[in-house]
Amino acid sequence: MKASFWRRLLSGVARYPEWVTFLFLVAAFVVSARLSPFFLDVFYIFDSTSYYVEIGILALAMTFVIITGNIDLSVASGLALVAVVTAMLHVQLGLPMEIVIVLSLGFGALLGLFNGLLVVKLGLPSLAVTLGTLALFRGAAQILAGDHSISGFPEWFIGADFVRVGGIVPLPLIVFIGLAVIFGLMLHKTVFGRYLYAIGANEMAARYAGLPVDRVKLAVFVVSGLMMSVGALLKVSRLSVARYDLAMGWELAVVTTVVLGGVHIYGGRGGIIGVVLALFVIGFLRTGMGVANIPQENQLVVIGLLLLVAVGLGILLERFRRN
Amino acid sequence: MSEKGTLIEVEASRGRSVAATVLRFRELGIAFFVLLIVAVATLKEPRFIDAANLRNILLYIPLILIVAMGQMMVIVSRNIDLSVGSTLAFSAIVIGYLFVNQPDFPIWLAAVLAVLIGAVLGAVNGALVAWVGIPAIIVTLGTMSVYRGMVFIYSGGRQVSGADLPEDLIDLARTSPVFGIPWILILALIVVILAYLFLRYTETGREIYAIGSNPRAAELRGIPVKLNLFLVFTICGALAGLAGILFASRFGYVNPANTGVNFELIVISAAIIGGANVFGGSGTVLGTVFGCLLIGVIHNALSVLGISGFWQTAIYGLAIILAVALDAVLQRRLGKRKEGADLL
Amino acid sequence: MRSTISERPLLQARGISKAFGVVRVLDEVDFDLRAGEVHSLLGENGAGKSTLLKIFGGVHRADQGEMLYRGEPATVDHPQKARELGIALIHQEPLTFPDLDVAENIFLGHGTTWKSRFIPIKWKDRYREARRLLDELGVRLDPRARVHGLSTADQQMVEMAGALSQNARILLMDEPTASLTPEETRELFRIVQRLREQGTAIVFISHRLEEVFSLSDRITVLRDGKFVATRRKEETSIEEVIRMMVGRPLGKFYEREEAIPGKTLLKVESLGRGRRFSGVSFEVRAGEIVGMAGLVGAGRTDVASAIFGIRPADTGKIEIRGEAVRIDNPAQAIRLKLAYVPEDRQHHGLVLPFSVAGNVTMASLRRLFPRGWLRPPRERELAEDYRTRLSINLRDTSQPVWELSGGNQQKVVLSKWLITEPEILILDEPTRGIDVGAKQEVHHLMGELCRQGKAVLMISSDLPEVLALSDRILVMREGRLTGHFRREEATAENVMAAATGQPLPGEKGTPVSSG
Repeated sequence: MKASFWRRLLSGVARYPEWVTFLFLVAAFVVSARLSPFFLDVFYIFDSTSYYVEIGILALAMTFVIITGNIDLSVASGLALVAVVTAMLHVQLGLPMEIVIVLSLGFGALLGLFNGLLVVKLGLPSLAVTLGTLALFRGAAQILAGDHSISGFPEWFIGADFVRVGGIVPLPLIVFIGLAVIFGLMLHKTVFGRYLYAIGANEMAARYAGLPVDRVKLAVFVVSGLMMSVGALLKVSRLSVARYDLAMGWELAVVTTVVLGGVHIYGGRGGIIGVVLALFVIGFLRTGMGVANIPQENQLVVIGLLLLVAVGLGILLERFRRN
Repeated sequence: MSEKGTLIEVEASRGRSVAATVLRFRELGIAFFVLLIVAVATLKEPRFIDAANLRNILLYIPLILIVAMGQMMVIVSRNIDLSVGSTLAFSAIVIGYLFVNQPDFPIWLAAVLAVLIGAVLGAVNGALVAWVGIPAIIVTLGTMSVYRGMVFIYSGGRQVSGADLPEDLIDLARTSPVFGIPWILILALIVVILAYLFLRYTETGREIYAIGSNPRAAELRGIPVKLNLFLVFTICGALAGLAGILFASRFGYVNPANTGVNFELIVISAAIIGGANVFGGSGTVLGTVFGCLLIGVIHNALSVLGISGFWQTAIYGLAIILAVALDAVLQRRLGKRKEGADLL
Repeated sequence: MRSTISERPLLQARGISKAFGVVRVLDEVDFDLRAGEVHSLLGENGAGKSTLLKIFGGVHRADQGEMLYRGEPATVDHPQKARELGIALIHQEPLTFPDLDVAENIFLGHGTTWKSRFIPIKWKDRYREARRLLDELGVRLDPRARVHGLSTADQQMVEMAGALSQNARILLMDEPTASLTPEETRELFRIVQRLREQGTAIVFISHRLEEVFSLSDRITVLRDGKFVATRRKEETSIEEVIRMMVGRPLGKFYEREEAIPGKTLLKVESLGRGRRFSGVSFEVRAGEIVGMAGLVGAGRTDVASAIFGIRPADTGKIEIRGEAVRIDNPAQAIRLKLAYVPEDRQHHGLVLPFSVAGNVTMASLRRLFPRGWLRPPRERELAEDYRTRLSINLRDTSQPVWELSGGNQQKVVLSKWLITEPEILILDEPTRGIDVGAKQEVHHLMGELCRQGKAVLMISSDLPEVLALSDRILVMREGRLTGHFRREEATAENVMAAATGQPLPGEKGTPVSSG
């Protein structure tokens, strides 16, 4: 009796891993609130989101990539490269910022296209390709910017995080929520979203059913590139400078967010809601650890462990469900 | 299923002989590139091949060489280890503080300790990959950050400076027992020889190739696949640990923020350039040595020719992509294309 | 030579049963094997031959039944266990390590002990020993050659040498000749003969009856996972064996009325691709079922996947409704109103974790939802519709398809293709691995489709099915069409003869080569 109750509960959880994420969220909130009373300040919570929604924006695209059974490790480097190129177009070439924004969105898409073509046309594993572009994009940013911080953006462009919608909610959070809604609708309500799941769950069956597998995969990498640009623009606006070492090591945080959100690392399963929840788990934890004066570097341990526990738990639950 | 396998083979037979030849002489190709870069660099800047500079190159390579041996084995088994840089740093910082607290601690014992520390960290990776079944890329992405965080926690973010390290340790990189070859290079060469003997002359070494070459067949043959994977990651960790103490020797300090950062990229590049195939099953000690040499020569040529060191990362990235793409194209012509999904 | 066969069985299996999920593959099968004999296992596809072999080899474990080795009960639950008993399994596809050389492929993983791990490999000895084993087999292979360049036949030799190196007493060979040339096959047989003379017991699976009769001492026939009979070769004939293999009463098949075919919907002319198949020409008309018979590996699936654009043909042409077309991918084929129900349901036909509703709409999403927005109620409605029409047995259309039985899964695949509103259907082994009830329903459905004026090309290895349902029967053998029979002239014997290349004296309706 009792055993079967636990079995049912466990297999229920295995079907909807978002619940685990939700529990993590509650725990993260409670722990953070206990670490520091400042945490419960509404303004503080909202302000702190501006930093990690940039991770969240990359995570939305990464969700698509991972659901199709691929991975994009180049997102953080790509963000830095777009940021540097954006800065140079405006500051050094003197192009008006409005045009630069459009150009940098296009440039990000191009970076994604590069990854996608290598994966789709040459049939290379996305892991190896994006490990390469992880270094290549970062290196290119380094070559272009050197050790300098590039600044000199127009007033209206900088400080997006100080723009408060309705007097409370910072603009980056609004952008993220807007994108999350779009990504969520695309993933769960459109034919395109269905294609993503089908490709991730059984690429051969998808091909046999006549789905445009290669084009969809290409599109997914391009979307990932586009989000690098959006992340880069928000980041540059917030920091008012561009440097080659922006978002260093963020690919880890992004993958962690997606996987913690219940997206299966081998593809085919997961959803946007879980990823959004997971982002706030990590965000609250980071903010909480921040207000408790735990240095950022030390927080790496927690984030890394979170990734391992999340994936490990997912795999073990899956194994349980199969039996 | 079998129909399709043979089909590809038949269709690929035309391009096979050329592709096979290129693969066979893979090492020669890299050697050629090494010489080419040396020649170009020397033409532009004759200082490139004077004794002092050659010594610089030889001092740059040992750390890469040692860790690349481990990384190559991991790649041969169809896995990857992104945590080697952090493992190196953790070993280096622990050993650094050991000497801060006990300046007279015997160096050989510290070296053993460094290897053990690395082995434990590697074993954690191996256990998670082999028995829990988490893909290596995810495991080591996670432990890369966990181990790095441990470096900061252990050190409190403070660096170990040269003054705290025993003179004898630093001397490993400065003094030479024979022919002016520094100790740490000799150590690295010993590691290379041991790696060669292990991979060439032991059943376990050959089984690693078998696992990477055809995991299902390995399982059905009764090869202890999981145990071997565990072992491979442990070895890789142990070598990164050894590289940790040598890092302290070579650079004379250990800084938690930059020790071993991006090191995984360098060694993965070296292994892949040297012919280790991310689809598993192939990779040689000799090729990896040449891969390390190439990286060392590029590194040095950039600085001698006055090209900014900023180019390095981009070049590693490009090298990885080119090597992987080249191998994939060759593999396809050989009709030996395997599923890359195993890696993920 | 007979005298080398001992009368006491070396290996005995009693009442072996095995099921995968709900499909029962083996049902209380008995089998015995004596030293120094070649014992062939015969049966149609899906009769359970490979599964039985894999149970002997320790790859699968029987659900029921016992095995005796030299009269003693033995548990073989792991390949290692089988090896210790001297049982070696040569798989259908060679299980070799392409990156390693021949000698290593022979020895690796065999007889490794904790102690041997610490002893350096003596390569010279190893190559010499490999040389010796290969010589013993009479194979000219360089022990130092990498395996990935070798032909399937050579890889098999490497595996045989591996079996020899462990002094295997029992050699299990699962369709070793399927992808060999005639010369390679003769070579293999020479070696098998020699091993038999040395007292090795050999279990041999092949679909080529003439091979079986030239090589075997005894023959066991399985049908639908059940034991039919074991006969000494001298006591039986090809005709009897064929009867035992296919011997279901044909009466239980759906009887369809004679079709009046309409205009030609699909026509292929001298279609070919690489060495898989060539010169294939035929046509399928509206309202008829054309059956395609042949052995596994005869190239039937290759023809189907060429027509459907999965692996396009490189020679010949395809006409749809009288117009020459180019089909480079399945999407184009679907637009031309073609549908292809693939042979491998689980890997090519279904997305197992998807719901029933998600699977049935897969191939029509763009057409159903031209604006790109999914409407789940519409999907459910369609799924419900087809659930009723095909009487798919399920709890709910939101149920994931991996929970369904083989027959219901197949009906989901069929629904998926019917929703695309096709005019030409290619059904590849549409009733393989599904229960009798579902099979009849699928047959009824095919009849219904014909009445609606659709053209059906049915690939099937189930001979009675082909005979009962087809208006015309095409037979393929080794990549070519070797027979073309009208319904009334086709018999199990002459179709099988065309498929195996075995002439049957005194038969009417001689195989004609077409194209």
